Amino acid sequence: MPNGFVFEFLFYLFGLIAVVSAAIFVTRRNPVAAALWLVNTMFCLAALYIMMDAQFVGAIQVLVYAGAIMVVFLFVVMLLNLGLPPSVADLKGKGARIFALLAGLIMLAEVMVLVRQKLPAELAWLPRETNVTTPITDSLFRTYLLPFEITSVLLLVAIVGAVVLAKRRG
Amino acid sequence: MTIAAVLMLVQHAYDAQVPVHGAPWLWFTIIKILVVFTVLMVTIAYLTLAERKISAWIQDRHGPNRVGPRGLFQPLADGLKNIMKEETYPSAAYGPLFILAPVMSFIPALITFAVIPFAAPLPTPWGLVDMSIADLPVGFLYILAIASLGVYGIVLAGWSSNNKYALLGGLRSSAQMVSYEVSMGLAAVSVLLLSGNVSLSSIVATQIQTGWFAFPLLIGFFLFLVAAFAETNRLPFDLPEAESELIAGYHTEYSSMKFSMFFIAEYSNMVTASALLTTLFFGGWAVPFWTTVDTAPWHWWKTLITLVFFMIKTGFFLFLYMWIRWTLPRFRYDQLMSVGWKVMLPIALGYLVIMAAAVLGLEMAGIAPTARLGGFVPIYWAILAVLNIVLAILVFVVLDRGRLVSPAYARVGAVELAELRAMAMRRPPLTPAQGD
Repeated sequence: MPNGFVFEFLFYLFGLIAVVSAAIFVTRRNPVAAALWLVNTMFCLAALYIMMDAQFVGAIQVLVYAGAIMVVFLFVVMLLNLGLPPSVADLKGKGARIFALLAGLIMLAEVMVLVRQKLPAELAWLPRETNVTTPITDSLFRTYLLPFEITSVLLLVAIVGAVVLAKRRG
Repeated sequence: MTIAAVLMLVQHAYDAQVPVHGAPWLWFTIIKILVVFTVLMVTIAYLTLAERKISAWIQDRHGPNRVGPRGLFQPLADGLKNIMKEETYPSAAYGPLFILAPVMSFIPALITFAVIPFAAPLPTPWGLVDMSIADLPVGFLYILAIASLGVYGIVLAGWSSNNKYALLGGLRSSAQMVSYEVSMGLAAVSVLLLSGNVSLSSIVATQIQTGWFAFPLLIGFFLFLVAAFAETNRLPFDLPEAESELIAGYHTEYSSMKFSMFFIAEYSNMVTASALLTTLFFGGWAVPFWTTVDTAPWHWWKTLITLVFFMIKTGFFLFLYMWIRWTLPRFRYDQLMSVGWKVMLPIALGYLVIMAAAVLGLEMAGIAPTARLGGFVPIYWAILAVLNIVLAILVFVVLDRGRLVSPAYARVGAVELAELRAMAMRRPPLTPAQGD
């Protein structure tokens, strides 16, 4: 991983854009604009992954989230021609808001604790591979084959369930 | 030399581990970006002329022939006209996205070309320079990722125009692109099976050693070709801008340079798709039957020859795009969707399984991809090619039974005739309108 001044500058720049876009995303009332700000966040995350030499994860981030999932979101938003909702807040009532604030603070504390921990030495520096897919396929299809397959079955169940629910209502 | 020194310092500031006296890659990258961008823009400008000339040739007329000798300066006149035209802003349009949409279709179309290797590496006094702007280790995935973003421009143009025809065009485009992306990715996975790496330079290197992938992956090539036509919104898949139904589809409300940017995006998508077809299935910049040029030690004339060959191959696919555009009529929308999901996707999935099994079988039989039978016949390649031809015959003869690929002039098949008759029987009799 490079460690020069420009690298650090770019790291914080992309991080800042990601956080700001995420904040704008949750406060927009227009669903299409909100979706596009989310795409912007995804892009910055992909840039951060690639800067940290996780190029496969970066490419998949753009391909799957920005290129497929968000396109389908936009498709649905446009097809249904959703207007502006009366209020952007999902949380109604004082109790729910206080609970959300507490949950947020707990998560922030967790992140703070994690940031203070040192990375294990072997994680901090991995040699650069010429074939970037090999390490990922190794762990997906050898070490963690069973959990991986179970996850895919879970997704399949979700899809079949969605189809069944949609059919029943009609 | 001072500029080189400054660039070296910038490079050092980015990555302090790279020694300051190393090759100034940033310098080379900037030059490559400028050259490739310029060449691409000029190519796109002249592709519009080529399109009009080829269409004229196919339809037996002259085509543009007034500006300059034989109409050669027509693209310049078109460009000037597009800049000088009035820009219109529909009052009901959603402003920010209406302006952003042409940019969002233009930029992904241009930056996809960044990873395509277009010639053999060029040796310079500062070391070997790769003839691609960025030889990413995830090259092919990068192309899929960026190509999937092109749809945003079209969809947002359609939505922000606040026009029903534009919106329909945008919706059609997003459905079409999502559908065909799956088949495109699956067809390309078969290439990755043979090359064993996703970086485009290593895909080219494998093809130099074993032979072009177009023959051992014949069906994969055709699936990719069809999906590439659909992804670039070209005829017979240009439903998003079908003139007879949607005026001009997603760019109905656009004028002057913003309209032109959609066209530049379309043509640069075509160039990238052609270059990608060349790289994945036709050996990239490799010169057939001339291994001296394709292998090290590198020399500047090798770079030149391979560049010319890359351009010829890419040019052929560009011509194919235009040839098909002026030959085939447009699909109907339901046909487009059923071809995508009911034909392309099952074939691509089944093909991937069969090819993976074949590659595994050849590996277990101990046949190396580089093995030559009797010192000449590439046996690995030949076995896969024969398998593909058998599969193609199976697909066309057994699976299809003359329903899908029956030519337009053929008589209606028995099955189809029965279906049509049943439909006619089911239809309620026409009732006279009120007041008749």
